[in-house]
Amino acid sequence: MSGFTISRRTMLAGSAMLLASTAMPAPGWAQTPKRGGRLVLAADSEPRNLNPAIVASNGVFFISSKIVETLAEASFDGKDGLAPRLALSWEGAADGLSVTFKLRDGVKWHDGKPFTSADVAFSALQIWKPLQNLGRTVFKDLASVDTPDDLTAVFKFAKPTPFQLIRNALPALSSVVPKHIYEVGKIEDNPANNAPIGTGPFKFGEYKAGQYYRLTKNADYWGKDEPYLDEIIYQVLPDRTSAASALEAEEIQLAAFSAVPLADLDRISKVPGLKVISKGYEGLTYQLVVEINHRRKELADVKVRQAIAHAIDKDFVVKTVFLGYAATATGPVPKNDPQFYTADVPTYAFDVAKANALLDEAGYVRGADDNRFSLKLLPAPYFNETKQFGDYLRQALAAIGIDAQLVNNDSAAHIKAVYTDHAFDLAVGPPVFRGDPAISTTILVQSGIPDGVPFSNQGGYKNDALDALIAKASETLDTSARTDLYKEFQKEVATDLPLINVAEWSFISVARDTVGNIANNPRWAVSNWADTYLES
Amino acid sequence: MTRALTLIRRRLVGSIFVLLIVVVGTFLLLEAAPGDAVDAYIVSTGGDAGMIELLRHRWGLDQSELTRLANYLWALLHLDLGQSVTFSRPIRDVILERLPNTLLLMVSATALSFGLGSALGIYAGARPGSFRDRFLSIGSLALYAVPGFWLGLVLIIVFAVDLRWLPIGGIETLASDKTGLDRAADIAVHLALPVSALGFIYLALYLRMMRAGMAEVWRQDFVLAARAKGLSRRRIVLAHVARNALLPLVTMLGLQSAQMLGGSVVIESVFSVPGLGRLAQEAVASRDTPLLLGIILTSAVLVIVINLLVDIAYAFLDPRVGASEAGA
Repeated sequence: MSGFTISRRTMLAGSAMLLASTAMPAPGWAQTPKRGGRLVLAADSEPRNLNPAIVASNGVFFISSKIVETLAEASFDGKDGLAPRLALSWEGAADGLSVTFKLRDGVKWHDGKPFTSADVAFSALQIWKPLQNLGRTVFKDLASVDTPDDLTAVFKFAKPTPFQLIRNALPALSSVVPKHIYEVGKIEDNPANNAPIGTGPFKFGEYKAGQYYRLTKNADYWGKDEPYLDEIIYQVLPDRTSAASALEAEEIQLAAFSAVPLADLDRISKVPGLKVISKGYEGLTYQLVVEINHRRKELADVKVRQAIAHAIDKDFVVKTVFLGYAATATGPVPKNDPQFYTADVPTYAFDVAKANALLDEAGYVRGADDNRFSLKLLPAPYFNETKQFGDYLRQALAAIGIDAQLVNNDSAAHIKAVYTDHAFDLAVGPPVFRGDPAISTTILVQSGIPDGVPFSNQGGYKNDALDALIAKASETLDTSARTDLYKEFQKEVATDLPLINVAEWSFISVARDTVGNIANNPRWAVSNWADTYLES
Repeated sequence: MTRALTLIRRRLVGSIFVLLIVVVGTFLLLEAAPGDAVDAYIVSTGGDAGMIELLRHRWGLDQSELTRLANYLWALLHLDLGQSVTFSRPIRDVILERLPNTLLLMVSATALSFGLGSALGIYAGARPGSFRDRFLSIGSLALYAVPGFWLGLVLIIVFAVDLRWLPIGGIETLASDKTGLDRAADIAVHLALPVSALGFIYLALYLRMMRAGMAEVWRQDFVLAARAKGLSRRRIVLAHVARNALLPLVTMLGLQSAQMLGGSVVIESVFSVPGLGRLAQEAVASRDTPLLLGIILTSAVLVIVINLLVDIAYAFLDPRVGASEAGA
């Protein structure tokens, strides 16, 4: 089992057996997959640009990962946590200046043309590096891609780049799209962005805005006997309550990405024929974080930040806000990460008396109204849980004499207020840990980031020692030395508290019993579903 | 006929100014809302400074507000609604795809609330103060007081989840390839719940109005004359009282159309109907200003046309109105 805590509630929900069985696929689980059938599932948002090479986000992957494949996928039991997809092997040079990929033979694009190393070179140089939201950072030093033959692609970097980072980035950042489709005209305006052409087990069928996306089986798929399903239909259900109703009415068979709200899980787990599954999202961990504006003089004092950390009862948050479907956090790397996590960091136990003492020590005494000072608190509106934690934090701060005024915005307004205008004192954010701290985690505390960059340090925090550590780790090639640097990084963040990590959580799936091979990899909901099947 | 034409001409001239105010007002309101389309977009993707700058440039958001408004109005003059940034498709196409669904929902719900409401109003008003009068008045008020989304959810739980008589939402069976009458029947089945949810809310309005109107007409001299003539009660109610009480309801019909459009936002979300209301909600959330302007413009035109039709109908139903309009 991974480090992700499984709560008593989940066990009570009667899915313990299932959790155990999905954790170990293959041997001992002699269920033969059935062929055919249409899987109907809930979609709560409608991404228009379906090109995962340009938009590497879970909303896009949820649909397009079945159509467009990456070089490698995350895996529970593969070496370095990876399983081959379009690449069969990957090898980094000792000098960090090149990575060699051996590609799968006999793969065809959905339009019948063969897949070759030229497609990989094109995707990497023309799309990942210049256009992709995450690739622009990770592949910034990619200089060229050599293609000595059709099945070999050699990435050449201008500056030494840690192979560990490239490897960890493969599942999310390496979607390969066909060169022959994209080399004509502007890549951003290519019609294939809305009707993707890939190598995956399913072909893009149609999209009816506001209604559904239809994917159909790719009969020429490289995987033996795969895929099992004939069709996948994503039914657009915008209302928070409709996914649960649709499951109960047997109109859909699956609701992933917590489309069924946590509060409904207890009830829905008792409905015969439905199962609640909290596995299959280990690679998509969200972190509940208190973002701090260090421009406020009170918050620039580390004692005040420590006091806030002591005022938060993390166990209570996990139990109440997340109904047990989460784990408490100790620092900027989640506990369930197999490579980088360390528990050896300063921790802040829930202790209101200590928090009050720290604030007194810092010189912020309670005034006539019993308050020390007041702050603006902006909870991110993207998740129910971030909003609820905002309500909790307000109360927790009141207990230590800090008067927090909640400011609720919609998504666009929140992004602007926090990351461009810096019009916040505290904010509640849900950054994503993407398997390597260098992808989207160090940016949360690093200094020198221009205004307006979302999910980055916009709190005006500057710590030279931490900056130096991040810079050193980014050019350290040796995997174990690099890992150690990130452990030190976690320690430094937990000591100086540029932000406060409260909890880590991921999503829940609810499915009919008839859906087979669910949650069999750490990024299941955004993987290719070639082996997913329907009984009956 | 000339009476109607004069009316149409006057209204069209007036409408242009109304539309201009609507467009400029909506544009300024949206500009005042914090965050733009790029802010809304990067919520789900993140991205560095260079990517954000690139997006702002591509979507024309690096131009000043005035330039964008002027460009929009200039394009509008050529009947071009522009390009949606979130859909990357012409806004006209996006709206035309959704408009029929909303119209179908609105027309059916209006027919339900107007038809059933006035019929029940006549039934109740025929015997003011009777048990059925009180029962219907209180019952309909209770429905009027219920929030639309709650009524929708209850209908879903009862008829779609528990009884499984009707689908939980959508406009038709997904990817079913039905055609002709089959498809029409399929759509009717899917719309049964949303139309009921939307229609029942406004039912009370027509019922109460009809009933009140009837109570007033009862006291008129011509009713006394009709009774003295020896007409049956039934004939008095239908031909004399109800017909005269119906006139204010027609006015209400026009006014109500705007409300219905607002109500459909909620109902379309609850029942996953791909209509204009839901599109508007998405456009606001994604700060897709031109798309929202297109939707508001379409809705405004819709409301103006409906009210025009109501006025024309009125002119025919009540000759006094047309005469004064044309003569003024």
